[in-house]
Amino acid sequence: MELKKQILRLLAEDGRMSARDMAERLDSDEKTIADMIEQLERDKVIFGYCAMFDETELPENAVKAIIEVKIRPERDGGFDKIARRLSRFPQVSSLYLMSGGFDLMVEVKGRNLNEVAMFVSSKLATIDGVLSTATHFLLKKYKEAGKLLQEEEPHERLQVTP
Amino acid sequence: MNDSKSLRKHIAPHIAELPKSGIRDFFELVNTMDDVISLGIGEPDFVTPWTIREAAIYSIEKGRTSYTSNLGTMSLRKAICDYVNREYHISYCPKNECIVCVGVSEAFDLAIRAITSPGDEIIYHEPCYVSYAAEIRMSHGVPVPVSTYEKNHFALDPEDLERAVTPKTKAIILNFPCNPTGATLTMEQTERIAEIARKHDLLVLADHIYSELTYGEKTPSIASLPGMKERTIFLHGFSKAFAMTGFRIGYACGPADVIDAMMKVHQYSMLCASITAQDAAEEALRNGENAMLAMKNEYANRRNVIVSRLNGMGLPCLKPEGSFYVFPNITSTGMSSKDFAVNLLNRKKVAVVPGSAFGTCGEGYVRCSYATSLEGIRTAMDRMEEFVKEVRGEK
Repeated sequence: MELKKQILRLLAEDGRMSARDMAERLDSDEKTIADMIEQLERDKVIFGYCAMFDETELPENAVKAIIEVKIRPERDGGFDKIARRLSRFPQVSSLYLMSGGFDLMVEVKGRNLNEVAMFVSSKLATIDGVLSTATHFLLKKYKEAGKLLQEEEPHERLQVTP
Repeated sequence: MNDSKSLRKHIAPHIAELPKSGIRDFFELVNTMDDVISLGIGEPDFVTPWTIREAAIYSIEKGRTSYTSNLGTMSLRKAICDYVNREYHISYCPKNECIVCVGVSEAFDLAIRAITSPGDEIIYHEPCYVSYAAEIRMSHGVPVPVSTYEKNHFALDPEDLERAVTPKTKAIILNFPCNPTGATLTMEQTERIAEIARKHDLLVLADHIYSELTYGEKTPSIASLPGMKERTIFLHGFSKAFAMTGFRIGYACGPADVIDAMMKVHQYSMLCASITAQDAAEEALRNGENAMLAMKNEYANRRNVIVSRLNGMGLPCLKPEGSFYVFPNITSTGMSSKDFAVNLLNRKKVAVVPGSAFGTCGEGYVRCSYATSLEGIRTAMDRMEEFVKEVRGEK
């Protein structure tokens, strides 16, 4: 169990870390690690790998917005039905059910403001059960997935200390 | 009268005779070179966790810029006593059994000064932190080293300790997990040492600075054993666990009479530790645990890598249970510790510290700190492996 957690911690930092590298860090052997990762993938504990990069490099991701959505829960299915329906749109990159002043937080990516705005007004807002939306466009990123995007300057250390 | 020769005679003999730390010479040498990968660093490579830095900033913003009580702020002492109680199961009163100092170094200095009369013998284990013997000498005490050995995993053998006890023995210094060996004590050894201390009526200075960085099961502090709280000075600080070396905050907990004596020395020499740093330290105890555990986890991974690489290149290296040092045996290269370190530095630009800097029984070993990035460790290990191969080829 402990090894499983340790593997997940390492993968959270570096999804491309090799089983061999992990084995050395965790004082285990490569096969045990590889088997464990396979098991985690089968169990859907690990459900994918992707790179973190400057998304503006891709034109289709140039603009990102967070949309607060208020919905009317359905008698059978509550929030899930609408949420699942929304999550199928490829423009939606993340979707969460929230506590507080609104119900769903939807992260949408697009080529430009217009594309995102069009998606919200023509697709999202028109779904039966969606009561209102509030769209917030992202202006600048400071931290994502636990990584600071502006590294701190390295600090000066003495080379040899007792 | 003012040339340096004539002034030298005014230097107190017991200070003039103090040897300079072996680390100092080596530091000077490393400093003349560029692009060195240093495994010679005795401090965390992490920056102090943000929540702690932020607390320091906030403290300054609020205008908390004054002296504090000589003992340290009451709220920090309370936090320390709570922490020691929770983590070590020893209960101290924040009012008179705890003092906040400028690093555990000062706490150690105060303890030695408070207890040492001229001629008192103080026992410590070697290889050890470079200051112990010097501190004892500065207080006109007599340092009595007891060697520890690789075959015992560098733990202090209680029988060796007892053989060093004389009627003049005043105290025993224990530093486990140990700098430079990473050694820890077993419960059985700790109990046996406690028994010796009680039998001969000795004080124990327990330097716990690396205790949080214990990778296996943590051995209880000797202060928590029966009859030991009243004869132990529990020394600890924030530098290693919370990556706060530059804040310079340490502390001592112990019997009220001893803390009171230490407080007198502290009052006349230091007055108090920086209030900003004290506020930061309080935050470390209140909200720093997760960051500390994450750093510890990273050290554990690095330890596995460095131990496996050193053994792989034929430098036998125990897997230490604590601190962030490993202490590989380099005798198979036919070199002295110092030659090994100097040649490795000159030829491969990797800095390690000769084991002899930590006492004569450290000869034949070098200290490698893994408080540096894993990438740096791997590169250093590659270079060291090349070096060892070359040296063996030359023999």
